Amino acid sequence: MTPAPQPNVIAMAGFGIFIALSLIITWLAARRTNTTEDFLAAGRSVTGWQNGLALAGDYMSAASFLGIAGLVALSGFDGLIYSIGFLVGWPVVMFLIAEPLRNLGRYTFTDVVAFRLQQTPVRVASAFGGLAVVAFYLIAQMVGAGNLIRLLFGLQYEVAIVIVGLVMLAYVLFGGMLATTWVQIVKAVLLLGGAGLLALLVLARFSFNPLALFQEATRQYGDAVLAPGQLVSNPLDAISLGIALMFGTAGLPHILMRFYTVPDAQTARSSVAIATAVIGVFYLFTFILGFGAMVLVGHDAIRAVDAGGNMAAPLLAEVVGGQAFLGFISAVAFATILAVVAGLTLAGAAALSHDIWVSVVRKGSASEREQFLVARGSTVLLALASIALGIVFKGQNVAYMVGLAFAIAASANFPALVLSVFWKPCTTHGAQASMIIGTISTLTLIYLSPTIQIDILKHSAAWFPLKNPGLVTIPLSFAVGIIVSLVAPEPDAARRFADVEQRIHFGE
Amino acid sequence: MDSPADRLRALDAARWRIALALTGAMTAIYVAFVLLIAYNKPLLAMQLVPGLSLGITLGVVVILAAWALIVVYVRWANSTYDRALADLRREMEARR
Repeated sequence: MTPAPQPNVIAMAGFGIFIALSLIITWLAARRTNTTEDFLAAGRSVTGWQNGLALAGDYMSAASFLGIAGLVALSGFDGLIYSIGFLVGWPVVMFLIAEPLRNLGRYTFTDVVAFRLQQTPVRVASAFGGLAVVAFYLIAQMVGAGNLIRLLFGLQYEVAIVIVGLVMLAYVLFGGMLATTWVQIVKAVLLLGGAGLLALLVLARFSFNPLALFQEATRQYGDAVLAPGQLVSNPLDAISLGIALMFGTAGLPHILMRFYTVPDAQTARSSVAIATAVIGVFYLFTFILGFGAMVLVGHDAIRAVDAGGNMAAPLLAEVVGGQAFLGFISAVAFATILAVVAGLTLAGAAALSHDIWVSVVRKGSASEREQFLVARGSTVLLALASIALGIVFKGQNVAYMVGLAFAIAASANFPALVLSVFWKPCTTHGAQASMIIGTISTLTLIYLSPTIQIDILKHSAAWFPLKNPGLVTIPLSFAVGIIVSLVAPEPDAARRFADVEQRIHFGE
Repeated sequence: MDSPADRLRALDAARWRIALALTGAMTAIYVAFVLLIAYNKPLLAMQLVPGLSLGITLGVVVILAAWALIVVYVRWANSTYDRALADLRREMEARR
């Protein structure tokens, strides 16, 4: 680790302004947050544009902005592989998930899986998968947050984690989904605007011709930067990572939860279209930023600050726009982390309060007031847990943790969701087995993968050859769900499928 | 004329076909891109014009394809699907 740099006054001010803004939003939102429906689903009053931006905000994490820009800056073309993988999941969400989800559920994706099945076993299994995804994603964001804030502001890692945890807690607890949505929207606009401005300033130096920028990159670092390199050497590994990224998006609880904040399926549809457009543009920007940093900052200077390249975008901002712009971009990066952590916490709170407490513990008989209290209590619990996880997992590789979260989402949540909604013979035990086997097989194969066995535990060989288990675990999870359903049919569940067929189109 | 239940089933089948076809198209495009990266690096390294490799061009094409498929779906859903659904809803309420 390099020594922490001097705190940047403008970054500190930007950071302060963003915190103040979030708290004002919270204060405004808190007055309109009186019921569970307000707290977990913003009263279903969010418009298509708002939800589109909020979805993009939830999805464009600091890992995308700083991580992918850094990856491109250090290895060129290879960074693009990640951006594209993260984008192609969105059409899948659009075609298979968004509208059925909105029409069939109330607060969580578990509502949809459990719709025509036996509530208790499905909800327990599904909450298990959902919380596993939230936990790994949270760890990734918190660890990233600690490192970044240390680098950006010169704060100590632990102090940074506690600040992120507490600010996030304040606004999720009091402002619920409405505040979280608006913070997400503000952050999405800031991030897109900041990245766009930065890209524009870079291109201005190359007479607004991206090809001139790429050519300059090849002049400095050779033609290899425009070609696939070392990142993808094993074809099966590449496909495995690719499909985990693609189908994982459709299984991320905090993304799926957003579809309950809009009034109907048509709005859910338009919000995905807007989100996909925004995210696509953003990834195109990060590509310009990455090559810009490669050419204008240089490999050595980027590595000197952070070996992983995470500081490429902020360093580039300093080169093209000076200290003030560096401060602005740093504040945007901070806003990004805070907003994503909040979205995850709310998704976790929904799983704990709605799926576990109300549906399983109280068998659906909890009063509105009790549900609201449990949802807020879960938020406090998750915020404290995220601070603890962030501190315990200090030093973990962020991109790897995110990959893990996507692999579990794709193998545990996505197959059960698709089978229960589209496949009539699907049974309670089938869905349950698919989710449990999906989660456990993913965790096991990740433990046996080269990343853990060779890179972390320093063993000479790994039991399982692939770094990402998606290629095995996604088909496995589908197969288990189908076989278990066929072996022991559940006539009640099949009969209730008629309801699914109605509701999936007409909603409630 | 078919009963509303039959027409709902037909609409459901149409939506399902389109959803699967478009998901299949996206998966095929992306997997083809990844396979090219894995198996034919020299081809992707080829520069179409100085500064623009085939790899970067195809990467942008994949992003454009994702947008295009979404546009195809939204157009179908906003016109054909929503209209058929509205008709059905009206009819089912009238029969009630």
